[in-house]
Amino acid sequence: MTRFLTRRLVELVLVFLGVTFAIYAMVYALPGDPIRALGGDRPLSPAVVNELRDRFHLDEPLWQQYLRYLGGLFQGDLGTDFDGRSVTERMATRWPTTITLALTAWLIEIVVGVGLGILAGLRRGTWIDRSVLTLTIVATSIPVFVLAIVGQLFLGVRWDLLPIAGDSEGWPLAYLLPASVIAVYSLAALARLMRGSLVDVLQADFVRTLDAKGLTRTRVVGVHVMRNSLIPVITFLGMDLGFLLGGTIVVEGIFNLPGVGQLLFGAIRSHEGPTVVGVSTALILLFLVSSLVVDLVNSALDPRIRREEARS
Amino acid sequence: MTGVAVTADLDPTDAGALPRRGVWPGLRRRALFWVPVAGIVVLTVLTVAPGWVAGWFGNGDPRVCDLSSSADGPVAGHPFGFDRQGCDVYANVVHGTRASLTVGLTCTLIAFALAVLLGTLAGLRGGLADRVVSRVTDVFLGFPFLLGAIVVLNSFGERSVLSVSLALALFVWPAMARLVRSSVRSVRDAEFVQAARAMGFGTWRVVSRHVLPNAIGPVLAIATITVGQVIVAESTLTFLGLGLRSPAISWGLQLSNAQAQLQNAPHMLLFPSVFLAVTVFCLITLGDVLRDALDPRQR
Repeated sequence: MTRFLTRRLVELVLVFLGVTFAIYAMVYALPGDPIRALGGDRPLSPAVVNELRDRFHLDEPLWQQYLRYLGGLFQGDLGTDFDGRSVTERMATRWPTTITLALTAWLIEIVVGVGLGILAGLRRGTWIDRSVLTLTIVATSIPVFVLAIVGQLFLGVRWDLLPIAGDSEGWPLAYLLPASVIAVYSLAALARLMRGSLVDVLQADFVRTLDAKGLTRTRVVGVHVMRNSLIPVITFLGMDLGFLLGGTIVVEGIFNLPGVGQLLFGAIRSHEGPTVVGVSTALILLFLVSSLVVDLVNSALDPRIRREEARS
Repeated sequence: MTGVAVTADLDPTDAGALPRRGVWPGLRRRALFWVPVAGIVVLTVLTVAPGWVAGWFGNGDPRVCDLSSSADGPVAGHPFGFDRQGCDVYANVVHGTRASLTVGLTCTLIAFALAVLLGTLAGLRGGLADRVVSRVTDVFLGFPFLLGAIVVLNSFGERSVLSVSLALALFVWPAMARLVRSSVRSVRDAEFVQAARAMGFGTWRVVSRHVLPNAIGPVLAIATITVGQVIVAESTLTFLGLGLRSPAISWGLQLSNAQAQLQNAPHMLLFPSVFLAVTVFCLITLGDVLRDALDPRQR
């Protein structure tokens, strides 16, 4: 376990350094002089320019500036926007909305995805199985933002069933449609995974043994098969929580939910570079940490993962 | 049997032809193979000759607009209606095919070339090359690719089909490279590869004639699916305001305009969405069918 843990931590540090350096180098390589941009139309006097270059350490080499930036990151400093407000502070009040949205989507994904997968797996080869498979391909073909707008049009505007913008109706009403929209894509993949896993386990030797021992079908499937076929599904669900956070950008923007994703959406549309970089960095770091947690939980639950890692 | 006959039996072209023999008869009989193929043929026609198809109803120029019919619904000669600027939606949707398909193909080709190069290097050589390539792919696969593309495109000054393709390729190649690597590793020590080496063929010949033809099948299937995913990513980024920009004609831009007019002109939303979804559906389904056919483990 310790070996697995160190290996995984070393990997995380490498990925962290790689990602932050790539982001920093890209921002550093941006064309244009930031100091002159700060001055706007008025030309700045050389003394002011020097003073500002000094204050922002612009004359240091790239690696020194990067270390400074890294130090700031550890203190939760993600930079400031054009108005001088801290990006971290602007995000602070928005996290609850985003997390509520992602968790609601996750819940929908689990219930519907696992349900459809089990249904298709147990009725393998029938029309139910085939329609679930076709549905999952159709679902993965529609981009999230298209689904969001179409959902808004029909469920919101035409049939007036659900609110189409804002969170004034509170949970769950205001979150139902946006969360479903985010969930659809992952849900399709999950249903296929659940079905495949169930079909595999149903053919395993131990299932034949249990059948031969005279256990009822309900007990074999409900207890033994289910428990074994859920292993890859749980891994997938863990990984997916991070990806759902990514999906919130588009959907929060379209449904006007005041979350972190909406901040990023708005910053992209109004060309606020520093905010875009700050929020994306925060989301990427969050994703890295969450995938580490998922891996650790997984290896604690299933010793085979630990051993496989150690062998490779 | 003479030595000459043995050499003839091990003719390198045979090594490549063998697995394909079992694939084609299976594919030929599947409706799920022909439906996306037909769809892709239609899309190719739209990409190569958009003017011809767009002109069917007499108003084929997407740039000819009449503000007085802004956001009007379908009328004779304009089967899909007009957009906000009074341009013909049908002509715009048809012309938009080219942008999406070009980005999808360009990006996938760049990523594919990179993936085959680095994946083969890692899979064949092992050792340091393998470790470096594996760690680099880990970095890229470590976070959602939409976020990465947002940061990269945000720092790009100009946005063209090429720059958007490049930015997306940066995040697409690692998954493919990983697949090439494992696929190459699985045939690296196969008997026919050993035989080719034993006959004294050079590394280049062994790789290009024996290893790659037998390892590339699953990668080609995934590449087909990737074209679809890149088209989704491009339209999403364009919708967000980070991809192609006006005056480019693209489905992402049309959908972005349509969202603003959702309440009074839903026809503006419908047609680009349907084209986009059908395109992606064709590519994903084709890739799926190919994967089933080409990957012996899934058979």
